[in-house]
Formats: sequence, C-alpha cells, structure tokens
Amino acid sequence: MNALRIKKGASRKSAYDLRSTYGDEIETHTLAVLVDNEAGVLARVIGLFSGRGYNIESLTVAETDHAGHLSRITVVTTGTPQVIEQIKAQLGRLVPVHEVHDLTVEGPSVERELALIKVNGVGEKRVEAMRTSEVFRANVVDSTLESFVFEITGAPEKIDAFVEMMRPLGLVEVARTGVAAIMRGS
Amino acid sequence: MTRQMSGAQIVVKALKDQGVDTVFGYPGGAVLPIYDEIFQQNDIRHVLVRHEQGATHAAEGYARSTGKPGVVLVTSGPGATNAVTGMTDALMDSIPMIVLTGQVPTFMIGNDAFQEADTVGITRPCTKHNWLVRDTNELAKTMHQAFHVATSGRPGPVLIDIPKDVQFANGTYVAPAKADKGHYNPRVKGDMDKITELAALMETAKKPVIYSGGGVINSGPAASMLLRELADATKFPVTSTLMGLGAYPASSDKWIGMLGMHGTYEANMTMHDCDLMICVGARFDDRITGRVDAFSPNSKKVHIDIDPSSINKVIHVDVPIIGDIGHVLEDLMKVWKSRGRKTEAEAITKWWGKINQWRAKDCLGFKQEGKIIKPQYALQRLEALTKDHDRYITTEVGQHQMWAAQFLGFNDPNRWMTSGGLGTMGYGFPASIGVQMAHPESLVINIAGEASWLMNMQEMGTAMQYRLPVKQFILNNERLGMVRQWQELLHGERYSSSWSESLPDFVKLAEAFGAKGIQVSDPDDLDDAILEMINHDGPVLFDCLVEKHENCFPMIPSGKAHNEMLLGNASTEGAIEAGGAVMV
Repeated sequence: MNALRIKKGASRKSAYDLRSTYGDEIETHTLAVLVDNEAGVLARVIGLFSGRGYNIESLTVAETDHAGHLSRITVVTTGTPQVIEQIKAQLGRLVPVHEVHDLTVEGPSVERELALIKVNGVGEKRVEAMRTSEVFRANVVDSTLESFVFEITGAPEKIDAFVEMMRPLGLVEVARTGVAAIMRGS
Repeated sequence: MTRQMSGAQIVVKALKDQGVDTVFGYPGGAVLPIYDEIFQQNDIRHVLVRHEQGATHAAEGYARSTGKPGVVLVTSGPGATNAVTGMTDALMDSIPMIVLTGQVPTFMIGNDAFQEADTVGITRPCTKHNWLVRDTNELAKTMHQAFHVATSGRPGPVLIDIPKDVQFANGTYVAPAKADKGHYNPRVKGDMDKITELAALMETAKKPVIYSGGGVINSGPAASMLLRELADATKFPVTSTLMGLGAYPASSDKWIGMLGMHGTYEANMTMHDCDLMICVGARFDDRITGRVDAFSPNSKKVHIDIDPSSINKVIHVDVPIIGDIGHVLEDLMKVWKSRGRKTEAEAITKWWGKINQWRAKDCLGFKQEGKIIKPQYALQRLEALTKDHDRYITTEVGQHQMWAAQFLGFNDPNRWMTSGGLGTMGYGFPASIGVQMAHPESLVINIAGEASWLMNMQEMGTAMQYRLPVKQFILNNERLGMVRQWQELLHGERYSSSWSESLPDFVKLAEAFGAKGIQVSDPDDLDDAILEMINHDGPVLFDCLVEKHENCFPMIPSGKAHNEMLLGNASTEGAIEAGGAVMV
C-alpha cells in the first residue's frame, strides 16, 4: 500500500489512460511527490525543473509525516504529455524521492490554495470589497479604518477571480500559498 | 560490531570494508585528518595526481576497467570545484564513483572561510546524489549509502562533503552489513509480459537489429555473455554505441560496427531500414539518432533500460522494458527458448544479403600514399601490432577518438574507456593512469590528439611517480581536428582558433619528465616505432605526425537522417543545412 493511498492506472475520465503519448498539446498536471525531508531536497527538485527546462506553475512543500521525516511537495507543471512523463521519470530517479503521483491522471482530486489579500479603500469601494468577500466566503483577518486583509481558500481559479474583483477596489498586495492537492475518495 | 573512532578513521575503515584498494586524490587543509589516517595504513594505495580533474578521470578509468567504483579524495574549495568536470563526465557516462571532499569546519560553513565552496550546492546537478555530513555518527552510514547509490540501478558519481571538525570528532562506526541503506533500491527484473512481447516480436522479425550500449557493460560480464548468446542464437546483426564497444565482439560476423554520427554505413543503414530494433542499454543519444523524425521510420522499437527516464525521452518506443540488462536478457532467452527458438530464418538470411551489400561500400576505406602518415593508417597498424596483447584503450576526445572507435576492434567488455556523453578533452591520459593502476601487467594505450593530451599533461608526473607504463599514442595534426572539420563543413573554411600553435617538442617534454619520447613521421618507420613503444618498460609519449587536413568519415551531418550519410570529402558540399547548423 502506498503512502498516498492512490490507486494506480485510472484516469480522470475513464478507467483507461486514453491520452496519446504523442500529443502536442500543452497540459497542466498536478504532481504529488513524497520525499525524505533532508537538507537540500527542495533544491534538488527545483534544480531538476530549471536544469531541464520544465515549468513550475506552483509549488508547495511541508513535512507531512514527522515520524518518518517525509515531506510532500505539490507541484503544478505544464508540458506536452511526453514532457510530463519525463518530469515524472526524472523526479522518480532522485534518490530522496519515495513516490511520484500524477493527480491529474490518477483520478479525481481536490486542489486548494490559500491567499491573503490586502485591499485599501474608503467609502463605497470599501463596502463593495466587503460585500464581494462575503460572496467568495473570504474572511477578514485584519482591518484598519482604510484597509482589509482577506483570507480566502479555494481552487486557484476562484482566487484568481477574487483578485480580479478586488483590483478596482484598491488591491494592494497578494500572498498565495500555491496549490495543495489530494485524491478524492478513500 | 560498533565502536568509537575519529571521523577520519571511519572514512578509511569504511573504504576498506567496501573493498576499496585504490584512492586517487590530492591533499589540502580540509582533508588532512583523512590523509593522516591513510599514511598510517597499508591496505589502501593512494595515488597522488597532479590536478583534481586528473583524479576523477583516473577513478573513471579504474571503474570502467574493473567494474568496481572509483574513489576520489580531494580537499575543499578548489579541490572540489576542480573535480566537477570529472563528476559530470561520470554522470553522463554512468560510471560509479565516490568523491570525498573536505569541507571547512561546520561552525565556519557560510562564512566565506578560506577554501570554502558550497560543494554540495555546486555538485548537486552533476552527481547522482550527494551528502554533507554534519555529525560524525552519521559518517559510516553515509559512506555505505554512497557506495550503494553509486553502484545500484544506473551507476553514477556520488559525493560526500566532510567538514574538518567531523573528521576530528569521535563517532560510532557501523559495518556495511548493519548500515541503513535507505529506501533507494531500483528494480532489476523486467516485466515478464513485456519480455514475452519482445520474444514474440523476435519470432516474426524479418529485418531485426540489436542496438546495444554502455548499459550492457555496466550490467556486468554476464550481460555481455547473454548478449552474445542472443545474437548468436538468433543471427540478428549487432551494432553498438561508442559506450558499448566490446560488449559484443568485433571479431564476430554478426558485428556490423559502431552506429551513429561517425558509425559505419552498414550499421546506420541497418538501423534505418530495420523492422525490429532491440535497444539494449543505450539511450537514443543525439549522436546516434541523427534527425529524430526520420529515425528508423518503419521499425518496432524495444527499449531495455534500468533507468525509466531513458524510456521515451527522445524516441517513442513500442515495448519498454525497465530492468537490469543481465536479468532481462536472461529472462528473454528463457522465454524465447521455451517458445521453440523460432526466428524467420529465411528472411534474416535475405536481410544479411542486404547488409552485406552495404558492407561492400567499405565505408572506412582510405588510401595510405606517399610519405605522410594517415591517422587511420596509424591506428590500423597499432591495431595489428597490439590486438593480441592483454590490451586496454583509453581516448581523448575528437577525430582520433572516432577513428579509434572505427579502426580498433574490441572483443571484451571493460577494455575501452572513452568520454562519450560529456566529450571531455583531457579525459584519456588520467583515465589510462587509473586503468594501469588496476591492471599493472596489461598494455594500456591512450589514443590522443595533441590538443586533448595537453589538457591534462601534468599527469606525466603521476605516471612517472607510480612507474605506470602508460603509452600515450598522440595523433599529432597540429589542429583541433574535429573543430577544423566542422569549420570546413559549416563555417566556410574559416579556421577560427582551431590550430595548435606553439606546440611543445613532445620528445623533449617526455624526457623532461624522465619518460621516453618517440617521434615518427614516415609511414615506413611506423611499425618499428610502435613496437619500440610497446616494448619500452615505462611511460612513452608517442608523437605520431599525421596528415593535417584529414576528415573523419563516414559522417551523418547534423540535422540529417541515417540514410543521408556522407562517405567522403566529395559529398560534403552543402551537406549541412541551416536547420542542422545549430546542432553541435
């Protein structure tokens, strides 16, 4: 049984992997990489991406198994199917890497990101920002007479949308965590 | 049994317990405690090189000729950075190597201390794995892990950075058998379904070819024996990459020569026209494939490799088999035999008819005329006069390397040491020193160009000190021959910086080191000179003055397909188009 509890072989839409390995289309994939939490391991992963010219759209890392000293790196990357396969194989060959899972292929998964968003404004704009934040279920975690800091959690697209809404209302600063992702089901 | 000892003692003890008999290195402030321990024992020989790059290539030569990992010991800062080229070379060619570097004490790391460099940071992309050991108690475990990682799966270089205070401090020694090796354990057995699929393809193939590579040699002597069994039983033709020469004997009638950019016409045409390609431990390198979209268009491709990242990296294959070559070939032979040892014998005989037509082109043909030695002729004579010796060949990088691959025959694995992936000029001389250390009674020859050889000429001191009778066979054309050839083909014969000016007198240079120098320029004197070189008991610098403008053919111009080979000078006009010119 693998540590990430992921069933192998299935794809998001079908029980079979029907993607052509020769496609030219750029796909976005979310990879979960389980690594030894040792010095330099993140540099190894990032160095692999930069050294071989792969993209990193988002990357998060934290120790998830304190007893086993294992960290989970969630990386969102883009590339043709062949490049995605290479990325997985190259990651798998790093000595501290235990497992590599392509959450995009292996079945339905949940992706979430947290963002802190600072908006300055007074009067009507301030009220509108507050109202919009309620629609997006964002929380106010800090406020002054002319500013809010909103905390919002959701899929990356939802955060993008919220940031766009805030832009005309006095958006000052955005801090995002990057994507954390996990498989659905048991 | 566990016991307390200093970090430096742990290092030496671990090396002994791992069966190391030779270490190539250069001392310095940050490794003095380890050197002190080496001084006080007799089991491990230390070879003092003259430059750290020399140590790494010597270790590579040692590793390739023995199948055991090579060990390097250098100091911090410049010692470590000088070793970077050799580690990159070993990574590209999958050579097991353990590099031990000293480091400034842990409490000074990050302070820009004297001879400090971020060694693990610098070497992260050029090692298979590396470690900075901050606690003496971790040292023994890390040493054993390093040997495990370097030698299992696809072999490669590893580095352990050891701060000086960790070398002085006391810690617990753990024996190899008791040490935690971590979770790294690549699988060696191939998937039986895929192996059966390959056996079925072998039964129906009408135009098969076996394309073997360095993975066969890395897998060990058993893999080479199985490759021979496979080819002899099926009568399939065998070609090999530069790295794989010797895994299949050049003397066999199933051998069709090296393939790739400077491979034989018959090998490349066979690859292009085949209907079944069995790639055994090779990686579809750009020197092999030529134009990728025109690479062997009508074949089923099977790829056996221990490294999953080699599969579908360059060429899409139909049947990938991930596993160790020895294990996979053993299973393959069992399956194929149990299914009745079938092949399309008649079709394969016809296929051989075709291959023999390509062979008849005599693509390596040349004419030795007049009073100037052709480099090909020099190698042909060297081959004739040394092939019956217990012989090991190393090379530098360039035209001479390709001619050596074309004109020397290798009948056994581990006899041919060359820098294939990285193409490191300066590799061959120190590598020959490493080989001779491992095989003191054998004839070790480094085939060199004058320019490559000068890149690590300081190692003459090492050869003299350890009385290593390495023969330096320099094909001296006073040119960077391969660069010159490309400038002729690609840059309008503008020979920008590609000639060797102010060359030393190689005979006097040899004598300055106390070695023997021989110069030869007349083809009629060549045989006697070669015999004199072989028979001299000591290092020889053999300065063979050759034709200055000879080009290396056959050649697949960059950006072209296998069936668009150039066979000689006449066909070079406009051979490389704009698209191909950007490729190296």
